[in-house]
Formats: sequence, C-alpha cells, structure tokens
Amino acid sequence: MSGLLRRRTYLQAREPKRRYDVIVIGGGGHGLATAYYLASRHGITNVGVFERSYIGGGATGRNTTVLRANYKMPESVAFFKQSFELYRNLSLELDYNLLMSRRGLFWLAHSENSLRLQRERSLLNQAFGVDTIFIGPDDVVELCPQIDLSAGGKGHPIIGASYHPPGSVIRHDAVVWGYAAAAQRLGVDVHEGAEVTGIDVENGRAVAIRTPAGRIEAGTIVSATAGYTSTVAALAGIRLPLATHPLQAFVTEPYKPILDRIVASADMLIYVSQTTRGEILVGAEIERYTTYSTRSTFSFLAECASRAIDLLPFTAKLRILRQWTGVCDMSPDYSPLMGPTEVDGFLVTAGWGTWGFKAIPAGGTAMAELVATGVAPSSIAPFRIDRFRDDRAVPDRSSAGTH
Amino acid sequence: MGFRLTCPNCGERSYHEFHFGGELRLFDPDLTDQQDYDNTWLRTNAAGPQQERWFHWAGCRRWLTVERDTRDNSFKPS
Repeated sequence: MSGLLRRRTYLQAREPKRRYDVIVIGGGGHGLATAYYLASRHGITNVGVFERSYIGGGATGRNTTVLRANYKMPESVAFFKQSFELYRNLSLELDYNLLMSRRGLFWLAHSENSLRLQRERSLLNQAFGVDTIFIGPDDVVELCPQIDLSAGGKGHPIIGASYHPPGSVIRHDAVVWGYAAAAQRLGVDVHEGAEVTGIDVENGRAVAIRTPAGRIEAGTIVSATAGYTSTVAALAGIRLPLATHPLQAFVTEPYKPILDRIVASADMLIYVSQTTRGEILVGAEIERYTTYSTRSTFSFLAECASRAIDLLPFTAKLRILRQWTGVCDMSPDYSPLMGPTEVDGFLVTAGWGTWGFKAIPAGGTAMAELVATGVAPSSIAPFRIDRFRDDRAVPDRSSAGTH
Repeated sequence: MGFRLTCPNCGERSYHEFHFGGELRLFDPDLTDQQDYDNTWLRTNAAGPQQERWFHWAGCRRWLTVERDTRDNSFKPS
C-alpha cells in the first residue's frame, strides 16, 4: 500500500510500568525527542513519557513553526545550526512527512541601531557557516515585492535587512506525531492524560513520580514542560530562573499562495508568514507581564494587525480567522536552561521561551546524551542552569525575542 | 483577555496603564551570596496567587504591591 494511504497508529495506550530507567515529564517536542534519541542513539528503551493532556498540546502545538539558525551569540548559532541540520533529515529518519518548506527569512531594520545589529548578525552567522547575508532595501523589495519599504509611511522606512535563505516552516503537529510514533516503535511508553502530581526526593535524589495511577520509580527524571517548568520543579522543591509569559499569534482565513517568504521586523516586533494551508500567520513578542492564562487579548490583535498592514499592505484585505495564546518559560538572558539541577537525578530542559520549537532535534539529542552518559555535550554546556551564578549568561534577546 | 487593576490612588484602571515589575522579592542589604543569587535570579513563578509589583506609569506613577492569581489574572480584593 502506498505511504499516503497506509493506516498509521500514532499512539497505543499502555499501562504504566512500575519502574522506568528514564521518566520524561511532558509529551511535547522536547520530551518526545529526548525519549526517541534515548532509544535510538543510546539503546535506553525503558523510557516513559508522561503528558498531562494530549501530546503536542502545549507550546509545540501553539508555536508558529519557523525554523532558522540566524542567532547572534556564538553558542546559540552553533546550537541552532545543528538543530536545523537535524530537522532537514528528520522526515527520512522518522519515516514521517513533516512538510518542511524552505522560504527564506528577512529580518528587517528600520533604524541605524538594528541595521548595525543585522550586519553583525550576518557576519557572525557566516563565520559559523550559516547562510545569512546583509542586504539593502532594493534587494528586499526584489526578493519580496509585497513589502512596503516605507513601512506604512510612518517615518520608519526599511533601510536594510539580514536575509537568511534557509529559513523554513514545518508542520508542527507532524513533528510531535513523528517523534511519538518512532519512539513507540523502539519501545518507549507514551502516556497521555497522565499528570505528574508529585516527585519523591530521598536524600537529595529524585527517585519516583506520583501520578493518579500511583507511584512510579525512575532512574532519572527529565522535565520537558516549557511554560510549566517552574510548577514541575516546585514538585522537586527547587526554584529556577524562569518567568512564564504569554505569547500570542493569529491567522487569517486561507488564501492562495501570495507570500513565499517569512518576514520579520526587528523594530516593529512582528513576523508574518503564509502557512502551507494558505493562512497568513502573524506573531509578535511576549506580553510583558507573567501569567499562566492562555486567553487571548483584543489589544494584541488590533496592534499586530495594524503593524502587519504597515509592513505588507495586501494583508489589509484579509479576514482574521482565529487567534491563540501559549505560555513561554522566559529565561533572564533569552537562552535555554538545560542540564542537571541541585536535586540528583532530576534534569530540566527548559528556558525554551519563544525559541523552543526550532531547537527540538538538537535539544532532544543533547538531553539524551546527557542522560545516557552523565556528561553535558559541548553544544549545551553554555546553557547550564547555574550560569548566572558566575556571570556566564548567553544574552541573545535581539535574535530570540520574537519567534 | 486583558484585565484591570485597582490602584489605591487612581481607582480601577486597565493593565495597559501599568508596567509589570515582577514577583515580590525581599530587599535586604545584608544577604549572603547564596541568598543574593536566589533573590536576583531565581523565581517562584507560581501558578496561582502571587504577590507582585506594578508601576502605575500612566497615573499616579507609584509602585503598588498586589496579589494576582496567575492562572486567571484575577486580583485579590485589598
């Protein structure tokens, strides 16, 4: 039977075992990728993933699916480059079509300050073998004639941009399903509707989790719960340098293909792309206050729609279909927090803020290696949790702050 | 949805008038290094009632401490 028509079983419900070598809390991209790579690369198959709701129902299902590697700190560029390369081969590896679509991504500058930033970013990216070039307004409009170079004629015209040709979009649900199905084929248990309500810590070591189905022992526990990381860490009795902020986005009704690039603006703090389904997707920066509420706001919709129209005048005619909100675990320096905590056997992969989706393959391989070998690979060593204690922050707000 | 805060000086106003100052943290010049690290970098980030600071920049320009439930953005009446 052809691949298109083949019936696929995504998840089989199984009874939780009484003990797992590794328990992953959170069945989103990072949790499932960690479980998959533990099984596929390290032969550790007695792994249980515990998801409170359904897989991919949190940040992985709410993000805006942009893949890119054009970061602005050496540590981040190397890490996200590795992630992008893993994504490129992921459909083959997981035997699952992830609908990855290469678009090319602009980061537009409307001020001298951000122009300098885009130039620096292009040079740094090139030094790491990441394809990012610095271009002028003429090139912008040639590559994407839909853009209004005057940005709505409000006194902040586009004066240049960095352009990242590999910038892509991918089907986010497929990433989750692909990892879950592949992990399950290798023997990993994925439990949906299984909330972790407690973590047992004995003599400074995490030894088991509590679920409504009872106590389950673990060799190692990994939290991959993004916006809810602080609440899971609290179960183990620790605090982390994280604050949970809401991030909103909206899409229009589906239209014919009209925008084949991803357009982000450094000064207007929005980004726009067209999904494979034809919807025009608009996202922005996090709200400044913290909350776990996922209710959307009208003020966001009005403000971002107005900015999108300034940047891409054709969007004025489009009708908005829906908007949504996800919660992001923001770290102080806009970089991930990965590694062991002060409780032995309890690891976190967190600080995924607004940049977690594109990091899933690299984050998953690194966490799997850390769990299997006990040593953090060099790609994530700079993102250790206690880096602020000795002033080793990896500040990357200018390139991680929106999507 | 957005929400409204009750400022003791100005009354009930939209949250757009306020700057969020984060969860309430202790201030003590005699902290040890460990306490100072905890205080500066770590957050409880509670999903539930949280004591926090807001600055009413568009009104009386004073800081206020309120208790908000971060799950639904409701405020405890003061």
